[in-house]
Amino acid sequence: MKAVVAVTGVILFGFVLLHMLGNLKALTGKDAQGVPHIDTYGRFLRTMGEPLLPHGFALWSVRIVLLVALVLHVGMVMRLETQNRAARPIRYHHRLVLVESTVAARTMLVTGMLLLVFIVIHVLQFTTGTIQVTPIEPEQVYTNLYNAFTVWFIALFYVIAMGLLGLHLYHGVWSLFQTLGIDNPDRNRGLRLTAVMTAVILFLGFCSVPLLFVMGTMPEPPGQTAALATPPEESP
Amino acid sequence: MKLTLQVWRQRNADDAGRMARYRIDGVRPDMSFLEMMDLLNEQLNQRGEDPVAFDSDCREGVCGTCSMVINGRPHGPSRGTATCQLYMRHFSDGARITIEPWRAKAFPVIRDLVVDRSAFDRIMQAGGYVTVHSGPKPDPNALPVEPEVAELALDAATCIGCGACVAACPNGAAMLYTAAKVSHLGLLPQGQPERYQRVQSMVAQMETEGFGACRNYAECEAACPKKISISFISRMNRDFLRATLAEPVNPRGTMDSQ
Repeated sequence: MKAVVAVTGVILFGFVLLHMLGNLKALTGKDAQGVPHIDTYGRFLRTMGEPLLPHGFALWSVRIVLLVALVLHVGMVMRLETQNRAARPIRYHHRLVLVESTVAARTMLVTGMLLLVFIVIHVLQFTTGTIQVTPIEPEQVYTNLYNAFTVWFIALFYVIAMGLLGLHLYHGVWSLFQTLGIDNPDRNRGLRLTAVMTAVILFLGFCSVPLLFVMGTMPEPPGQTAALATPPEESP
Repeated sequence: MKLTLQVWRQRNADDAGRMARYRIDGVRPDMSFLEMMDLLNEQLNQRGEDPVAFDSDCREGVCGTCSMVINGRPHGPSRGTATCQLYMRHFSDGARITIEPWRAKAFPVIRDLVVDRSAFDRIMQAGGYVTVHSGPKPDPNALPVEPEVAELALDAATCIGCGACVAACPNGAAMLYTAAKVSHLGLLPQGQPERYQRVQSMVAQMETEGFGACRNYAECEAACPKKISISFISRMNRDFLRATLAEPVNPRGTMDSQ
């Protein structure tokens, strides 16, 4: 069961890494035609492998894999947690003094649950556009980002969520090697360092986008005035 | 030294139990923790009260019988020692000390501070037999063992089965104990024939006993009186996954492809 948590963790982690690299496209500007790079990238995700695969096939395959991985990850953790609670029916009178575990390790369950809530909100906001705090228009990735992240509380919300992600990965990335039996005394320092680096790099990489937008350092999207003039399409 | 002790009292397995408070006088700093408990029991006897039941045997840190959670830490505050090797000089005069039994579903309390640790014996039994040479005495060094491997196997074999790893784990997991027992035979040439079958049955028994799951907190390593490393847990996971994924359930089965 723990191996399932670890393997699905690797899948989700791989996705998060690609997601960050994709996000950084928002910072690279626009091409000669004035189309932001991230919009081109967004189209690429839909048309990936197009002559061979139908439109959106690759994107939906990845989404299904991720959804299955997420459900398994959460489901197995819930089963393990039930087992753990049953393993000590009578608690200690004097709280157990924890001396070795990190804050990240002790809060895995809390950060995990908050991240799950975040993922739902994030998908509803940017993928389905169900929650329209700021207007979300299909295929206009840069414009959508600009509109959302120049609002300070949205940027703050995302930065906090990424802090939680960093904490979760700081323990998770090392822990999965231990669970899969890949860790040993020679590799331990390297694997610990990997966990710290991934947590820090992902946090900085993800946060750079909302922070740069909210600080007003990013250029306005092309056709910004036109986009604001036409009211956003009401989603049914 | 004068101390205030809060001790778990429970008449038998069916009793709900409660914390009782005792004041104790005349404790010397050079007394071991168990000698302090003996002194408490003498004073309780003189007052005509029931002495506190606790486990102890060798009192020199090799048998793994003593088992007390002292102020929220199994075997007390000092590292790499059992309760019997803990001295009263580690506590200040007038200190309040909370003393509780190991807490785990798989370790039911028998009386006061005494718990039933036979779950550990059953994990060991699940390991089964080891095919070793019997009959006439073999030549010394007939079976070469690398010194580093022998040392590592002995590191695992230093486990005295006290159960502090379970008591210290926020999840009540027995991974460090099982890993030490699995690794010590799994590392040596004598343990190779049943290596993968053994890890599977011991892990299965560990789960049947109702221990929790490992979340890699490493609290067990900190509480272990023999300082056994969690690297053995990784080693056991490696063997377990290899046994589960790489070996067919029935290696002699036929393929029936047509």
